[in-house]
Amino acid sequence: MKKLIKLLRLLLPLIAAALTVITYYVIPDSGKQKPTEHPYFVYTVAAAAAVYIILGIISAFNKNLKKYIFEQAPFITGTVLFLMILNVVTTKTELLPILYFPSPDKVTGILIEQRVSLLQNLGSSLGLLVTGFAAGGSVGFLTGLALGYNKKVGYWLNPVTKFIGPIPTTAWIPLALSVFPTTQGANIFLIAFAVWFPVTLMTSSGIQSTSQVHFEVSSTLGASTLYRIIHVAIPNAMPSIFLGIFYGTVSSFATLMAVEMNGNSSGIGWYINWQKQVMMYDGVYAGLIIIAFLCTLILTVLFKVRDRVLIWQKGVIKW
Amino acid sequence: MVGSISIDSVRKEFKSADGSGETLTALNDFTLDIEPGTFVSLIGPSGCGKSTLLRMIGGLDRPTSGKITLNGKEITKPGSDRGFAFQGSNLFPWLTVEQNIAFGLKARGIFKERKKDVQEFIDMIGLNGFEKSYPHQISGGMNQRASLARALVGHPEVLLLDEPLGALDAFTRMNLQDEILRIWKEFGMTMIMVTHDVDEAIYMSDKVVVMSARPSKVEAVIDIDLPRPRARSQDTFQVYRSRILDILNLGGQVEEPEYSI
Ligand SMILES: Nc1ncnc2c1ncn2[C@@H]1O[C@H](COP(=O)(O)OP(=O)(O)OP(=O)(O)O)[C@@H](O)[C@H]1O
Ligand SMILES: [Mg+2]
Repeated sequence: MKKLIKLLRLLLPLIAAALTVITYYVIPDSGKQKPTEHPYFVYTVAAAAAVYIILGIISAFNKNLKKYIFEQAPFITGTVLFLMILNVVTTKTELLPILYFPSPDKVTGILIEQRVSLLQNLGSSLGLLVTGFAAGGSVGFLTGLALGYNKKVGYWLNPVTKFIGPIPTTAWIPLALSVFPTTQGANIFLIAFAVWFPVTLMTSSGIQSTSQVHFEVSSTLGASTLYRIIHVAIPNAMPSIFLGIFYGTVSSFATLMAVEMNGNSSGIGWYINWQKQVMMYDGVYAGLIIIAFLCTLILTVLFKVRDRVLIWQKGVIKW
Repeated sequence: MVGSISIDSVRKEFKSADGSGETLTALNDFTLDIEPGTFVSLIGPSGCGKSTLLRMIGGLDRPTSGKITLNGKEITKPGSDRGFAFQGSNLFPWLTVEQNIAFGLKARGIFKERKKDVQEFIDMIGLNGFEKSYPHQISGGMNQRASLARALVGHPEVLLLDEPLGALDAFTRMNLQDEILRIWKEFGMTMIMVTHDVDEAIYMSDKVVVMSARPSKVEAVIDIDLPRPRARSQDTFQVYRSRILDILNLGGQVEEPEYSI
């Protein structure tokens, strides 16, 4: 009996997928939404179901995967059912304005048909993000280190940092565009700036929070100043630095969208804006989905790295 | 013989913390010679300057006047010839037990050739099996042991111990006292230990230095002429104990220190 319930739980997502396909074909369309060339939504649901089945088979040999799937099955089911309802509401009824609420068929259609150009835009966004992030993050780390460790540097730079840091990145756009010879350069600067401030602030506060006793312990053990910075101050600041990187990442996403919507002609942010201007809301949704995946992926990687680096904090602090 | 310490009319003033600009004199005209390889305990009322004295020997603070020498050379900064075990546990939380103990060797760039010392000290203080644990994953007593090993692994000539066993329960405390004595016997370094526990001082030391209340100087140096290993229940303990307590009360200081008797 227990086994049967467990099996049922694992099968729920597939049942939901089947229901989705059935409602797709059985309930008549309202006719308002322009039908797509192919039943893309069905393809997508079918592909997802296929992936689920394949993972299910693999999980017979992998305990962790098995546990994960078992845990996630209800959530996956819920998601599929939500999409099913969305499809019913948009294509089968006239409940929502069709302009702003395109059918899942259309949105998935865009993702499939325009995959090449979407990927190019994604690549452009990712390039901008990574370059800006690396520049802003490393400069921020070094500024924060200098500010936090050296009182004199702190005296001169702290007020400056606290004065210009909080200026919203978008307010810099006009200036950056006129100062930098290329839009690309300006955009990288803006993203770097968005990352720079939180990383600086949190690095400096992390360095300052290093306990005096730890510095003294290390000097009685024969550590030089440089050794103390690298092996005491920085490790001590690491949790705080990660918090700064996290804030910086989030604000870099916001900045990315803002700078791509200005004067650019590539990137997911630009794509979304362009699609909106030509009233193609299916494209807007497709862009949003890609952005969501991109940001989630980056944050997941960040959290994984953090868990690795801050393994000593395991069970102490979590965010 | 290495590890001789000479403290010569040391005075230490602090700017008082209330910002009034007044100075607080912690130590005044403090003179003491410590021979190599002796085990010395510092005992005195709370706030009299025991930690301050230890910090100056460690090179973490400078005397206002007077000087402290190690093997005839004036102490001006910390050095690996002096090991320091601080009040309370101060392991680096981001390093494992093993990495904490190896810290000094790595900082001095001699980890490669001395690698096996780390394991030796882990064995010596009984932390086998906890090498890869982080400080928050082990008990307070183990933390204390590990910070002791961290101070010892560089084979200092002088080991400075600031209430190393302060926060521990009686049983762990006695265990660690014996361990410290064993290590001292094996390496023969000079030991200077701050303690609040009169019995601990008598049990462990060659000499007990009783300090007066602030501004503090040496009130008395009492030689403990008991053969080692000592038994904790010896009758002669009582004699030393009353002598030390008598001297401590002579100062007539206002703050009553909490000695465990
Ligand atoms: N950095 C400092 N600035 C100002 N005053 C200080 C400083 N360090 C110590 N003092 C003062 O010097 C005196 C001696 O302090 P110290 O810590 O050496 O005492 P102690 O004998 O170790 O006391 P306890 O037994 O409580 O540990 C105290 O009155 C303390 O307030
Ligand atoms: Mg003290």
